[in-house]
Amino acid sequence: MTLSQFVQYFLSGITVGSIYAIVAIGFNIIYNTTGIINFAQGEFLVLGAMIAVSLAAVLPLPLAILLAVVITMLVGAAIDFAFIKWLGRPTVLRLVIITIGVSILIREAMLHIWDEKVRALPYFTGTEVSSVRLLGAYISPQVLWVLGVSAVVVVALSLFFRLTLTGRAMRACSDNRTAARLCGIPARGMVTLSFMLSAGIGALAGCVISPLTQTQYDMGASLAIKGFTVAILGGLGNSTAAVAAGLVLGLLEAFAISLLPLAYIDAVSIAVLLIVLFFRPSGLFGNRQASALKEF
Amino acid sequence: MPLRRYLPVLAVAVVVVALQLVVSATGTVFYLTQLTMAAYYGLVVIGLCLLMGFAGQISLGQAGFFAIGGYTSAVLASADLGPVEGKPLLEVLQRLGAVVERQDLYGNTLNGFAPWLGLVAALVLTAAVALLIGIPVIRLRGHYLAMATLGFGLIIYRVVLGTGFLGAADGISDVPGFTVGALQISGALARRVQNYYAAWFIVIVGMILALNLIHSRVGRALRSIHGSEEAANAMGVNTARYKLGTFVLSALFAAVAGIFLTHYNGGIGPSEATGMKSVRYVAIVAVGGMDNLWGALIMGSLLNFLSLRGVFGSYDDAVFAGILIAIMLFAPSGLLAKTPRFARAKMAKTPRPEPKPRFRAKAKPPAGEGSP
Repeated sequence: MTLSQFVQYFLSGITVGSIYAIVAIGFNIIYNTTGIINFAQGEFLVLGAMIAVSLAAVLPLPLAILLAVVITMLVGAAIDFAFIKWLGRPTVLRLVIITIGVSILIREAMLHIWDEKVRALPYFTGTEVSSVRLLGAYISPQVLWVLGVSAVVVVALSLFFRLTLTGRAMRACSDNRTAARLCGIPARGMVTLSFMLSAGIGALAGCVISPLTQTQYDMGASLAIKGFTVAILGGLGNSTAAVAAGLVLGLLEAFAISLLPLAYIDAVSIAVLLIVLFFRPSGLFGNRQASALKEF
Repeated sequence: MPLRRYLPVLAVAVVVVALQLVVSATGTVFYLTQLTMAAYYGLVVIGLCLLMGFAGQISLGQAGFFAIGGYTSAVLASADLGPVEGKPLLEVLQRLGAVVERQDLYGNTLNGFAPWLGLVAALVLTAAVALLIGIPVIRLRGHYLAMATLGFGLIIYRVVLGTGFLGAADGISDVPGFTVGALQISGALARRVQNYYAAWFIVIVGMILALNLIHSRVGRALRSIHGSEEAANAMGVNTARYKLGTFVLSALFAAVAGIFLTHYNGGIGPSEATGMKSVRYVAIVAVGGMDNLWGALIMGSLLNFLSLRGVFGSYDDAVFAGILIAIMLFAPSGLLAKTPRFARAKMAKTPRPEPKPRFRAKAKPPAGEGSP
């Protein structure tokens, strides 16, 4: 493998890896405040991109994306209101099944609102043929957009959770919900907020990758399972580790393409998921004792 | 009370016969095709009901086992042994009666594997895969168990979709019928009534097996696991072994359905292996009442019949998702759930104590859904 080939694979690896990381962070945000794995996380990306594609026909691109993110956040809040909020103390199995059902409903709704055609947003800068030369490899400027937006999302989220009062309140809820409530934090509102937040960053991620990967109504499930793999690989609930784990999985997939037929690539990352679940369910960077206290 | 246990079996047999007589008398024999297919899907649901309702484990990978069974049988039954004619291994198989002649589309005679060999191979392969996957999987709980089984199903789907000799996106077609003496499991119109009875016979045999299982020592052990795994362990129930055994058994139920339905349809495609199919089986078990085998069978054949007749149109998947959500929101122990009478009485008398706050101030979920 020459240097330029290596750079090419490497860049495509970290591009998909950073998207997986964002999906994983979406999982983590909801998991931390509620203990729920939201199986509909992948649908947020597809929904965001679909709305943006439709809006981009009449609005300028940045505005279309912004509106798509806002609408998807409202959908996230609606899911919480309709299916989660009033359940009280549901069992994990019940929530798993409900969120799976929700993901199918969103998928079917998208199929009927749009159709089964493959769509894509226009490239943010340049066109599909423009490229940037880097160490002998050619990359699309959109790749830089994906990496840039992912980095901004990760940094902004960590600042939000560290510095703002709302972010700190959400972290307090994830640490100990009863204690947070005793301190006057509206724990229920935080759950709605966490659904909106992960829907929003999901929609943004969906828009940024849309020019590269195209968008189809049924892409959500495979994005969700890879995002989940990354979340587990990093240790469920740990968003910083999710970034590292996302890059690991992205690179693994990118280099697996040079060895295996394309059709089996999805199977590779799911096999990684199974191996991690079987042998190290606390994740690569997770602490076994800490994870024993978590519920799953 | 064996009589009370088997009375519903008799009732189902009567309904099966009555349905056949009615459709024959009214000239609507075409319904039998979907009724036959619905029966096989019902078999998958019975197996999953054992796993979900009695062992308390969810599996979102049943379609994967269905596909392993169906594809193995399809590949072996439609193999052409012409190129290996005269090889020693083939002669051994011929002695065993594992090679049969059949006619292809153009009337040429060719040698292929006998269907019983495909059946045995498919069951052995399914059991092996289920064991291999099951040993690590049954140690998982909740989200992890759901994701792991979903992941397993997706791997099977991807492998089927990306493998040339499994027909990739087209699947395998022109699978010859499954012949046993005068009986042939195939889509031939002349054999429609025969196949209808064959399918329901297989389902009833499966049902009797499942009923006997849950009323045996094994069944009581499974219920105790469902109630509380820790307590069952403390009582000396080897929980890991029982859970694994049920996992493999439910996989075999799915595989048997896959094998016969493939021969009946004359083919199988990747759509049988999708995650949506697995979710659909879970939805049906949920509607039937997690711990109610009869509910699962009745809802399984009814919903599948309606779906196969195209009643739900292009909203097919949405209907199943809607049913699943509605059941989980409003009646999480299932529509036709069988909560033991003593437990119901007890629940009515004693208010349930609030779970004690733990370190993370979230109640630890019970091992499964629907526990009284």
